[in-house]
Amino acid sequence: MSSYGYTIWVLLVPAFTFVLLGLLGMKLKAKISGLTGTFGLAIVTAISYITAISYFSGGGMANGIYQKIIACNTTWLTLTETLHIDMGIMLDPISVMMLVVISTVSFMVHIYSLGYMKGEKGFERYYAFLSLFTFSMLGLVVATNIFQMYIFWELVGVSSYLLIGFYYTKNSAVAAAKKAFIVTRFADMGFLIGILMLSLMTKTFDFVALTSPDGPAIASKGGAAFLGLSVITWSMILIFMGGAGKSAMFPLHIWLPDAMEGPTPVSALIHAATMVVAGVYLVARMFPIYHFAAPQALMVVAWVGGFTSLFAAVIAMTQLDIKRVLAYSTISQIGYMMMSLGVSGYGGAEGLGFMASNFHLFTHAMFKALLFLGAGAIIHAVHSNYMTDMGGLKKHLPVTHATFLIACLTIAGIPPLSAFFSKDHILAAAFESNKALFVIEYLVAGITAFYMFRLYFRVFHGKQREYEHTPHEAPATMTVPLIILAFASVFAGLLPFGNFVTSDGAPFEFEMVDWKIAIPSILIAAAGIGFAWLMYKSETERPEKLKAVFKNSYKWAYNKFYMDELYLFVTKKIIFRHISEPVAWFDRHIVDGTMNAIANVTQSVSFRIRGLQSGQLQKYAYVFVSGVIALALVFIYFFN
Amino acid sequence: MVTVVPLEYLLIVAAIMFFTGVYGFLTRRNLITMLMSLELILNSVNINFAAFNRYLFPGKLEGHFFSLFIIAVAASEAAVAIAIIINIYRRFATINVEDVSEMKY
Repeated sequence: MSSYGYTIWVLLVPAFTFVLLGLLGMKLKAKISGLTGTFGLAIVTAISYITAISYFSGGGMANGIYQKIIACNTTWLTLTETLHIDMGIMLDPISVMMLVVISTVSFMVHIYSLGYMKGEKGFERYYAFLSLFTFSMLGLVVATNIFQMYIFWELVGVSSYLLIGFYYTKNSAVAAAKKAFIVTRFADMGFLIGILMLSLMTKTFDFVALTSPDGPAIASKGGAAFLGLSVITWSMILIFMGGAGKSAMFPLHIWLPDAMEGPTPVSALIHAATMVVAGVYLVARMFPIYHFAAPQALMVVAWVGGFTSLFAAVIAMTQLDIKRVLAYSTISQIGYMMMSLGVSGYGGAEGLGFMASNFHLFTHAMFKALLFLGAGAIIHAVHSNYMTDMGGLKKHLPVTHATFLIACLTIAGIPPLSAFFSKDHILAAAFESNKALFVIEYLVAGITAFYMFRLYFRVFHGKQREYEHTPHEAPATMTVPLIILAFASVFAGLLPFGNFVTSDGAPFEFEMVDWKIAIPSILIAAAGIGFAWLMYKSETERPEKLKAVFKNSYKWAYNKFYMDELYLFVTKKIIFRHISEPVAWFDRHIVDGTMNAIANVTQSVSFRIRGLQSGQLQKYAYVFVSGVIALALVFIYFFN
Repeated sequence: MVTVVPLEYLLIVAAIMFFTGVYGFLTRRNLITMLMSLELILNSVNINFAAFNRYLFPGKLEGHFFSLFIIAVAASEAAVAIAIIINIYRRFATINVEDVSEMKY
């Protein structure tokens, strides 16, 4: 037990507010339940900051290395002597960083929702779910072992499902919630199998034991080979499959754009800043195993991440729904983080990719939450998600405009905003180890700048539209979080992240800016912005002409490369028709048929002989007596 | 010299009582008469128990105890049966067994 025992309250407070609002929310006034949830989150945020400050200011350091501190631990389920499932809290650089990210964004979203969700039916339900989500997400990041992480992983999935389907009277929201749940569930199946294989090899679930460089996972040298890859490699690929599902990596990304059916603050919290980076967190958590025991799996991570970032960025260029643009942008940015982990080495400056990935996770959480909350303010003002319905909002929404512009500049990677630094490190890490991925990511940086400014110009500049009512700036509860997050987006990049979060726990020196990477990346970002300015600054014929030139590719990208249709084809035409339907036929005709036949025979036979059951007592007695006599005769003459 | 009644005589009496009881139970339609027939059957069994015990195992008492048990059981059974019959009478205004055939299929 250590001095960090108080961190247990980080989990208990949101769990308590969830139960309170869930059970009593209907009786409380909407405003009070909202304030209760927000107040609980304020406590959590305070504790997280205290923990982070004390941990990084030396409390977590021993012999120059950040330690993994088990703040509290209790055995929850004992399977064998050595294999048991614990519940506890582990503090190490990445989990402390995640505590800060989650509590900050969640707190901002809580405040923002007070304004955004005002007057909605189910306000207290909304806050209860938010508390549940915060509880599960925090439980996920502080997990001491992979099984606890898996449990909270599923809880996060459930709360995501509940919040996507918040408007449960809307068909599309229900469908989106189901889609998100099923797709991530499918991925989690891989995760679970991966966990089981890994624990079979190593006889432990514990992260400390698993990830220590001389631990059983790494010492085992991977175990027996299967299809040319070792068992550990397979299990790590399967675990990555779980991470890919949660983090919306290609080809399991299809749920995330649809998840935008949920309320916008939820999109900001769950589907941009916190839950979707759980996959990145998972890979970062298991990183030593990936690096030492399963380099091929790490290669898979890198390429999936790299491909996804390009794929999603291309789609984002064509979408018209502003939340969908942001959703694809999120997928693309998470692809960046995955790729960066994939190309990283271990220890010191070798671990630049690891550091950069977590750094980008941190800055991305801030600016993407800001973008989504800004989008929420825009939607709040014009009651539409489509940028075709928007234009010239600059003068109606000054605060939103300013903060949104900051976020766009940040994601485009303009110095000295935060993402400039984190993206720069990612590009540097890719440049060191894999030139092909570097080229992809470099390209994506330009595309990112283009589609973000396409969004920006089309929403805030250009012609005025006919609005239902004059768009008005959002209330203070919504603008204050925007401003706070804008500050975070601007200044987060100045943190010397390499002093805090590294692959082996030892701080290392690194250059804040690697100019030979930075200058080209600024140039391509500027090019993207310039191109967007040219196309969309004022309404012209140019976008249409360009569309006509790239007619087919535009159509493909606009329809998201028909991934949804492909999934439908595979599920409906192949799996349903050729597997499910024969199985259903067998079930209906053979299995049910047998049972029905037994029932039918019994019924018809008993129908024939039911006359025996006459209700005449003495007839029964006759039968009984004759039976006794017959038996007596049998005994007398045959068993004598 | 006391002449001892042979065992067969007692058994014959018991058998006559038993079959009288069975006959009565099967032919009478009055529930009370049926109950009386039942008592006859039970008592014939009692005679058998007592006789066998006396003639075959004179030193022992199990047969007598059985008889006592059967008497007790028969008494309580009669109480229950009469209670049922009274209820049947209230419900159907008859104690003819043929009129009480609600429990058929």
